[in-house]
Amino acid sequence: MANMSLKKNEMPAQDPNVRNKNFLEVALGYTEEQVLDEAARCLNCKNRPCVSGCPVQVQIPDFIKKITEKDYEGAYQAIHQTSSLPAVCGRVCPQESQCEKYCVRGVKGEPVGIGRLERFVADWHNTHCQETPVKPKANGHKVAVIGSGPAGLTCAGDLAKKGYEVTVFEALHLAGGVLVYGIPEFRLPKAIVQKEVDGLKALGVKVETNMVVGRVCSIDELMDAYHFEAVFIGSGAGLPMFMHIPGENLKGVYSANEFLTRINLMKAYREDSDTPIMSLAGKKVAVVGGGNVAMDAARCSKRLGAEVYVVYRRGMEELPARHEEVEHAIEEGIIFKTLNNPVKINGDEGGNVASMTCIEMELGEPDASGRRSPIEKKGSEFDLAVDAVIMSLGTSPNPLIKNTTKGLEINRKGGIIVNEEGLTSREGVYAGGDAVTGAATVILAMGAGKLAAKSIDEYLTEK
Amino acid sequence: MYRIVTRKELNPSVTLLEIEAPMIAKKAEPGQFIILRVDENGERIPLTIAGYDRQKGTVMIIFQIVGATTEKLNHKKQGEFLQDFVGPLGKPTETEGLKKVAVVGGGVGCAIAWPVAKKLHDEGVEVHSVIGFRTKDIVILEDEFRACSDVLKVCTDDGSYGEKALVTQALEELIQAGNEYDEVVTIGPIVMMKFVTGVTKKYNVKTIVSMSPIMIDGTGMCGGCRLTVGGETKFACVDGPDFDGFQVDFDEAIKRGTMYKTFETQRRDEACNLFKQEVR
Repeated sequence: MANMSLKKNEMPAQDPNVRNKNFLEVALGYTEEQVLDEAARCLNCKNRPCVSGCPVQVQIPDFIKKITEKDYEGAYQAIHQTSSLPAVCGRVCPQESQCEKYCVRGVKGEPVGIGRLERFVADWHNTHCQETPVKPKANGHKVAVIGSGPAGLTCAGDLAKKGYEVTVFEALHLAGGVLVYGIPEFRLPKAIVQKEVDGLKALGVKVETNMVVGRVCSIDELMDAYHFEAVFIGSGAGLPMFMHIPGENLKGVYSANEFLTRINLMKAYREDSDTPIMSLAGKKVAVVGGGNVAMDAARCSKRLGAEVYVVYRRGMEELPARHEEVEHAIEEGIIFKTLNNPVKINGDEGGNVASMTCIEMELGEPDASGRRSPIEKKGSEFDLAVDAVIMSLGTSPNPLIKNTTKGLEINRKGGIIVNEEGLTSREGVYAGGDAVTGAATVILAMGAGKLAAKSIDEYLTEK
Repeated sequence: MYRIVTRKELNPSVTLLEIEAPMIAKKAEPGQFIILRVDENGERIPLTIAGYDRQKGTVMIIFQIVGATTEKLNHKKQGEFLQDFVGPLGKPTETEGLKKVAVVGGGVGCAIAWPVAKKLHDEGVEVHSVIGFRTKDIVILEDEFRACSDVLKVCTDDGSYGEKALVTQALEELIQAGNEYDEVVTIGPIVMMKFVTGVTKKYNVKTIVSMSPIMIDGTGMCGGCRLTVGGETKFACVDGPDFDGFQVDFDEAIKRGTMYKTFETQRRDEACNLFKQEVR
């Protein structure tokens, strides 16, 4: 008998006033009791609209049914058939705009908490299952994957399972891409990412860190000199954007990428790390932007002891960040200064940030993106006293690979052009994730990695 | 892990390391840099490549001890390993079409100026080198420069060795003596590069400077190394590290360079104390 409660089981979480001072995970995960209660809300409906909302087509009703049978490992296997990073997706996927958006239960009341169930199952597997996966029989084909973010890891995992000899090339010293340098520990513990990477290594995937493809070797060399028969480019959207306003190069102005990399990858907040970060205790920080990355930067600043303002040119309704992230940020004491836009950043005589001049905005007619476009209110400039500014305005694809690969076509925004199979303008070279789309989500990148793995398999099988 | 093949102290605060990194050695060009981490909790620091041996598969770096990381790096012995070593990063120094060039190096910057001078020399360019140091005891790479320079001027600030002059004065003398350079390449402390461009501007000689701002990833991802060049924001790691010296906003770059000064001094003292304790 299905649980007909209109509400999802609440996710247990650290108290906001405790967690805003530590980097431990915010959401604590369902208990077994909660997971069974939530799983019972799934109607196991025939047409499975939730599955169509998932970029990697996780067979959602199947894994939920296994949960109701208390077969958690069976549930994990059901997810793992199509998703290589369940513990990651259960945490960072925007389920509200994907699987859960289409859940029948959402028509009247709240949808089934699919993401929360997935997280439970993945964590259960990670704590209870020790067996190393069986290395598949090698098929003799070599594939190179550039970038070890969600797209690259997914592509590598899918190909390795089919017996390909896969080498992942990572520019940084640690594998995981945005999962390690971008998303903070309190949303996605790095031990989980490491576990996923270790899982791939157990499948036979080689991970070569400190390898900047495009510099130390080109894609052509990978194919000609190192005999990789196919290449997947999952190099992400690297270059941070700035506003090009006066004062952006003052001391104390960070790109969100730099700020988050110092904290997440380099652990600058810890005593034992040699990497410095500006001391923010008792300081005021303005985060400019309204996406998930802005929320991460704001919440990290808060944890470093700052008073934090999110400055965004549209209104609360228009914030592109996930609702849950905004809610968490508000609970943690982040102050939202929406309908404001920075005009310039003002420095003291030492070149440090002293304040940021903003102008008030109002919303006009919807623009091309369908969102109401912000318009400046004349004469409404005001100074916001801040010690640091974090620009979180998005990123554009890193041009390094484009510049060093002949015949690789890119679009106006610098994204690599691919067809519906993930194939670029070069034979045997596939691409996916932010390198193609510009900044998007983890799960979309995984979907693209998955698609490319399928196409590479077909290509090399036919070849 | 990356093995230290050779270690040599060039002066009390400048050390040369030759690191085993065959793939980087194969591709490295003068002007490019590497990023290294000494150990597990180490920070990523950029160092410009001082040389490479493609056959041996090694890359040479020469560094000055300025902070905790370089202090730790200096305590690494021959045969020991570095945690991470990545490169070659940045664009190589452009040498095409040059006939006569003045290379101006200051202090440890000479370590980076040397491979540039060598490359120019190997390509048949007439090279006039001016290398400057505070005092006699810290002069490095004199013989190496002599071998690849048609004219070499060694200067010290206090006159204890070579000419008692600043590199700017020595360079200006060369220009006034009638030398017409296609280009001046200057590498050294940022203030020195600023003053060199001050001289070359007077004579309108194109000047290339090698910038080394604070950096993390070195691949264009963090934007921490940004500079204002010709009124535009540029990333030293992907757009540089070489830039047209007339276009660089040096004053801003100098200020940005002091971002973590307090932290660095404090950490260096901590590191020094730690090593002293070990010695005891």
